[in-house]
Amino acid sequence: MIRMTRYALALVFTIIGGTAEAADLSLSVEIPQLPVAEYHRPYVAIWIEGPDQAIAANLAVWYQVRGDHTKWLPDLRQWWRRGGRDLKVPVDGLTGATRPVGQHLLKFDATQAPLTGLKPGQYAVVVEAVREVGGREAVRIPFEWPIKAAKRQTASGSKELGAVALSLNP
Amino acid sequence: MKSNVVSRLVNLTACLMVLVPATSEAARAWLLPSQTILARSGGWVTVDAAMADDLFSFNQGAMQLDALSVTGPDGQPVAPQNPAKGKTRSSFDLELRQAGTYRIAVAENMVMARWEEDGKPKRWRGTAAEMATGIPANAAKLEVEQMQRRVETFVTVGTPTAVKADAGTGFELKPVQHPNDLYALETAKFRFLLDGKPATDLEVEIIAGGTRYRDAPDEMRLKTNKDGEIAVTWPAAGMYWLEVSLQDEKATVPGVKKRHASYAGTFEVLTQ
Repeated sequence: MIRMTRYALALVFTIIGGTAEAADLSLSVEIPQLPVAEYHRPYVAIWIEGPDQAIAANLAVWYQVRGDHTKWLPDLRQWWRRGGRDLKVPVDGLTGATRPVGQHLLKFDATQAPLTGLKPGQYAVVVEAVREVGGREAVRIPFEWPIKAAKRQTASGSKELGAVALSLNP
Repeated sequence: MKSNVVSRLVNLTACLMVLVPATSEAARAWLLPSQTILARSGGWVTVDAAMADDLFSFNQGAMQLDALSVTGPDGQPVAPQNPAKGKTRSSFDLELRQAGTYRIAVAENMVMARWEEDGKPKRWRGTAAEMATGIPANAAKLEVEQMQRRVETFVTVGTPTAVKADAGTGFELKPVQHPNDLYALETAKFRFLLDGKPATDLEVEIIAGGTRYRDAPDEMRLKTNKDGEIAVTWPAAGMYWLEVSLQDEKATVPGVKKRHASYAGTFEVLTQ
């Protein structure tokens, strides 16, 4: 009886421990401060691109939620053509308000949506930003799925996006 | 001396008056939508319609909109609103109530006639039904031609939907690549139909807008293959004008042999 309880407890701990240390994909996206007279926070789409350039998973879409400003979503040109246009916004857990200047951290559990559907293969994280009366820019970081080893990769935009870092933790 | 100049001027003016209609007919026909891609239904687009060789500057003449027809994503006609005919361009608004692709077309089917009366050239333009009253029965040196002209553009709300080519007469575009899904440096295939069948071995001319700001038209010329298709690689983003035309003896109007058929489309190519 005691042995069994110990065994059960061990199992419970393993499960909890396993959950806490589940593989994850985290992303840091910098929205840069820009020396412009008229500044509006950018619309940003972040997604995982498959080898056929289609959207394998949407990670985040930030746009002006207050008022009805979905009109400008097609300006996120890559995201729009690759599948943004098929989406009915708002989407719970995906779409949200525009973010201010600074670093923004996103973390996704490998065992949970939207990553659960990813088949093994080559992918890229794409961050696309477009700003009213400003420009548009997309930054890509390629990666392999599933996550085998811890890896950190960085890329940088030149105008509309600052540093982008992708961390993979097995 | 003075009267000599005047009479020369009169002569010149007479010549010009003969020439002017010919020039305006030759001017490029185009529709220019204010937007080609919209996020959601319920929005509006404004379309300009002009006859002008400079793409896309309305500096020659307005296009007649009698033959305008707009087809919604469900295949039903959409009524244009606020139609106006100005000196340099016509325009109208479209309310896009449904998601999907709208086809905006000015498809004319007219008869043109030239003849001589008392040694002077005469011209007439009208429908097949008006021919009997418009052209004198005893017209000398009569030349009659059927004109089938289709001018189109497309606008899409949300996800592009299929574009139909169901007229079965004259030129039509049956896109392989959706006309609202075109991107710089990518290759798009378009299929052209003539009387409902593949329009083979015909030259298609494609010119980027902004001709006024270039020293050369930089037109692309592509030949349709056995399936009536061309494959165009867009060199840059922008608004493009495309035309294909032919002259044959397949007029569908009784008593008319010659036909001039043409297709002109405006397409927006987006950045990568």
